[in-house]
Amino acid sequence: MAASNFEKFKSDGTLLGNVTEWVDARFPLTSMWKQHLSEYYAPKNFNFWYFFGSLALLVLVMQIVTGIFLTMHYKPDASLNASGVPVAFASVEYIMRDVPWGWLIRYMHSTGASAFFIVIYLHMFRGMIYGSYRSPRELTWLFGVMIFLALMAEAFAGYLLPWGQMSYWGAQVILNLFSAIPFVGEYLATWIRGDFVIGDATLNRMFSFHVIAIPFVLAGLVVAHILALHETGSNNPDGVEIKKKKDEHGIPLDGIPFHPYYTVKDIVGVVVFLMVFSVIVFFMPEGGGYFLEYNNFFPADPMVTPPHIAPVWYFTPYYSLLRAVTYPLFGIDAKFWGVIAMGAGVVIFAFLPWLDRSPVKSIRYRGPLFKVLLAIWVICFFVLGYLGVLAPTPGRTLVSQICTFYYFAFFLTMPIWSKLDKCKPEPDRVTFK
Amino acid sequence: MKKLFVSLLMAPVLAFAAGAELHLDKAPDRSGDVAALQNGAKVFINYCLSCHSASYMRYNRLQDIGLTDDQIRENLLFTADKVGEPMKISMRRVEAKQWFGAAPPDLTVIARARASEFGSGSDWLYTYLRTFFRDDTRPTGWNNTVFANVGMPHVLWELQGEQVMGEDHHLKLVKPGKLTLEEYDTMVADLVGFLKYMGEPVGEFRKSLGVAVLLVLAVLFVLSYALKREFWKDIH
Repeated sequence: MAASNFEKFKSDGTLLGNVTEWVDARFPLTSMWKQHLSEYYAPKNFNFWYFFGSLALLVLVMQIVTGIFLTMHYKPDASLNASGVPVAFASVEYIMRDVPWGWLIRYMHSTGASAFFIVIYLHMFRGMIYGSYRSPRELTWLFGVMIFLALMAEAFAGYLLPWGQMSYWGAQVILNLFSAIPFVGEYLATWIRGDFVIGDATLNRMFSFHVIAIPFVLAGLVVAHILALHETGSNNPDGVEIKKKKDEHGIPLDGIPFHPYYTVKDIVGVVVFLMVFSVIVFFMPEGGGYFLEYNNFFPADPMVTPPHIAPVWYFTPYYSLLRAVTYPLFGIDAKFWGVIAMGAGVVIFAFLPWLDRSPVKSIRYRGPLFKVLLAIWVICFFVLGYLGVLAPTPGRTLVSQICTFYYFAFFLTMPIWSKLDKCKPEPDRVTFK
Repeated sequence: MKKLFVSLLMAPVLAFAAGAELHLDKAPDRSGDVAALQNGAKVFINYCLSCHSASYMRYNRLQDIGLTDDQIRENLLFTADKVGEPMKISMRRVEAKQWFGAAPPDLTVIARARASEFGSGSDWLYTYLRTFFRDDTRPTGWNNTVFANVGMPHVLWELQGEQVMGEDHHLKLVKPGKLTLEEYDTMVADLVGFLKYMGEPVGEFRKSLGVAVLLVLAVLFVLSYALKREFWKDIH
């Protein structure tokens, strides 16, 4: 329904009414409120998995707000101060100690990065089990994949900023990957770093990407993601279209207004999320060395390579895809194909709407084939993530190669097995007890 | 650049090959023990703070562990003029590097940096400071079981005495120091407790605030859940 189809607000003579009428004559305030909240009809049968969309929005806002305050005291400067510590590293400790409540803002931001990926991974998995990517929601899904990519870039750039050992050497490994591209690689890597090695130029441009360029892109994509969703309406755990059954006013029979029903429900989700989040922020901000890596409390030192360079946990499944490729092909380095595998591992999600040929959307009505193959895929994803933290051994490399093969085979053979599966008939209406 | 990358890829492999299991002694917990932390601060400032800085730590932050500005000024303020200044040192880094091979690192967050899968940063420091031994092959005459070929000489040797590495790969005390074994271990535990505190001075407050935050959220949960139920009771 286009925004202009909603009725404009008629003042009831009160001051607030008069102001609303005045604004409505000049800006689609009431119609936007109705279109996106009070008259946006969402299926009434959302379950646990449907909390993570609004939680992702919450974490985004939290990262932006805490980020604004961190930027007030953080200094992207790789030069050494009088005590021989890089200014950037020292400025983070200044925030942790001398800025009032700086420690809380910083821990919220560092924990928020991990929380963002946990929420996004669960949100994406929801889409996979209930077929939310299927027609007519392909564009919502594509915007989502772009958000995921932007988020990875944002996290990578942000991780360099504390300028600790893992910041430095992690960036060294990843930015050097560009040099694997044939012919132009070395020039490209130098161009991206802004120097022949990672240095002040790299730190400053990553700061610029992290606080301006990528958040700007992210915000735009999030708006597009939500607009596309509100155009088609939300999917639900049954995977049936609620718009097919409407009452005499054109309102879906199984739909309820997002506000107030899902606003009050999502508030419960937000509170539970904040409880889990607070346990980490207040009692284990280092997350056992996974959220804040111990080695990153050593300032960046280009002369000292850490014994073990592991990316932060949310990158490790993709880092494993990268390391799993050990054969050179067509006379090009294995490293280059590893980069391709890593990129493909993310981008392949974009093709899901067209790879999936199942007659039904939701896992509730899909056959055993889907359930088994998806379960194995999830196990592979976790194994890849786990192996990505560890140093490689021949045995581990073999396991990660098997998981990598399965990771891609799951998607690439989907057009075949999704058609073969024995599906149950979908109901006409959503199930709601 | 290619060489650098290869060495980068190899680094984890080498580390794993050489990555002998590191056995660390459990450091006694000194958190909240004000007397022990004050003793640790005294040892730190007397023995460590001439070569190592703690440049993110201000002297007056020691109020956290029960000291007044006057006490700090009279007993601990050796490397600065005002209690609001950070714990810096006057040794120049270029010279320090010539003397020791590497400039002594800033120690403010060392207790956080030294944590690993083998134990907490405190465990590492507690073991490290008790496992120096005589080694004539080293320029300083000292070596360490946790930090092989360390650049730092055993600064606390007068207190601990001299250890040597026996044929059975165990350390033996061959020349006693001013302190008994127990006294030395207690002192190191206090020092490590202080280093842990200094790594995150807000640590104790953080946990107590966390309890309050969780209580507030628990109340909010009850209220928000009741609100949700109230709205949703008409949905069938």
